[in-house]
Amino acid sequence: MSEEIRWTRKHLLGLEELSADEIRFVLDTAQSLKEVSTRSIKKVPALRGRVVVNAFFEDSTRTRNSFSLAAQRLSADVIEFTERGSSVSKGETLVDTARTIEAMGIDILVVRHSAAGAAQLLSRTLKCSIVNGGDGAHEHPTQGLLDLYTIRERFGKIAGLKIAIVGDIGNSRVARSDLWGMTKLGAEVILVGPPTLVSKSFEQLGARVEYDFDKVVGEVDVIYMLRVQNERMKSAQFPTVREFTKLYGLTWDRFQRCKKDVFIMHPGPMNRGVEIQSDIADGNQSGILKQVENGLAVRMAVLYLVSQAAGANSV
Amino acid sequence: MRTAYDTSDVKRLIDDLTSRIARAFTPEETLNIVGIRTRGETLAQRLSASLQSQGFQKIGRGVLDITLYRDDLSEIGPRPLVKPTHLDVSIDDAPLLLVDDVLFTGRSIRAALDALSDFGRPSAIRLAVLIDRGGRELPIQADFVALTLKDVPKDHRVNVRLLENDGKDEIIVEPRGAQ
Repeated sequence: MSEEIRWTRKHLLGLEELSADEIRFVLDTAQSLKEVSTRSIKKVPALRGRVVVNAFFEDSTRTRNSFSLAAQRLSADVIEFTERGSSVSKGETLVDTARTIEAMGIDILVVRHSAAGAAQLLSRTLKCSIVNGGDGAHEHPTQGLLDLYTIRERFGKIAGLKIAIVGDIGNSRVARSDLWGMTKLGAEVILVGPPTLVSKSFEQLGARVEYDFDKVVGEVDVIYMLRVQNERMKSAQFPTVREFTKLYGLTWDRFQRCKKDVFIMHPGPMNRGVEIQSDIADGNQSGILKQVENGLAVRMAVLYLVSQAAGANSV
Repeated sequence: MRTAYDTSDVKRLIDDLTSRIARAFTPEETLNIVGIRTRGETLAQRLSASLQSQGFQKIGRGVLDITLYRDDLSEIGPRPLVKPTHLDVSIDDAPLLLVDDVLFTGRSIRAALDALSDFGRPSAIRLAVLIDRGGRELPIQADFVALTLKDVPKDHRVNVRLLENDGKDEIIVEPRGAQ
């Protein structure tokens, strides 16, 4: 357990800037907070009187709901801000919108935005805590943390594991956060996908890059399938759906060539039959629903930690 | 003021605390003993074990982490790691003995009482502490105290060290920041 260190960050912007100890501190805190959800009264007063705003400038169901419930389990008040029907559709800038929200007297702003760096921009402009709920193709730190939590829960460790992340790596903020987190905690990460979607330059970040999925299926402990983003399928970077499934989908045939205790993960929402075969996603080696469950505890930990660091007036 | 108590002193204090608790409860009836992390948890384990050896057979155990119930989130610096709370037994309708090492401002006990009320409704809650050092900021008093220390300056710490956590049993009163 990470007993000796203290959490001093007021914002959570990405996993790139966190140390391995800080990542473990969040995971250990989440492990303790998981107990709260097993009580008959599923609530603790840690953030009583604090206001958390979910500002999602991009569609999201699971992340937004997960943050809302996490904030409520800590007794915070929660405001949901959505782009539709707001002044954003009238042309207001991100910073102006965020300043307006902050002027209501809020403590934590959870932000998702299509522009990479949006959370960082706001952290420099606003006084409240900023939690990155996904910024463009840059990072999705709470997804990365819940993935690490789920892997650690399954294997009891992360160091020494071999993990394949498969699919549209280049456009994926999940892949980036996972890559930072997994390598910091000592896993070997193999990025798998077509050359148009997986740049060789990822090797500079400590990953191995492979274009042939069949070459790695037998050697990895975890297979992390990324969502095929339908909206990108029409672009020239992408093969056809059939070709993608044939080369990079987790099919029954590939699954049978995996290690016996291989762990299957996916950030959701899934395209059943495209990147992952239905019965594998629902099978007992799938961690997909565990990921959702653990997401709640991890987001509770993040909201609690940034809030106590903000209270202590540290950076 | 005496500022150091060694292993045999600590043993005598805990034995004394145990026998006073034993006299106050009925061995045939359920008694739940809940310690406040970290030293309170250890003390609760020791008290449970010796009460069991004295004929108390229906002891339920639990451990509380009160970090999430504290009222000073914005006042003190970054916190130590939050640890899990375990209350594996129902705490309803039976007496509950809350155990901590040092009673000072009373704020930890206030937080622990709030936490307990989220888990159930004991028939009565009693408080046992190894040391009462005074300095209360809330109207909270202990029912069982092994050692009362008067006139400990506010800027001094009363450090209870226990074998299971610290390698040996001792109590040291020293200025904050010493060690």
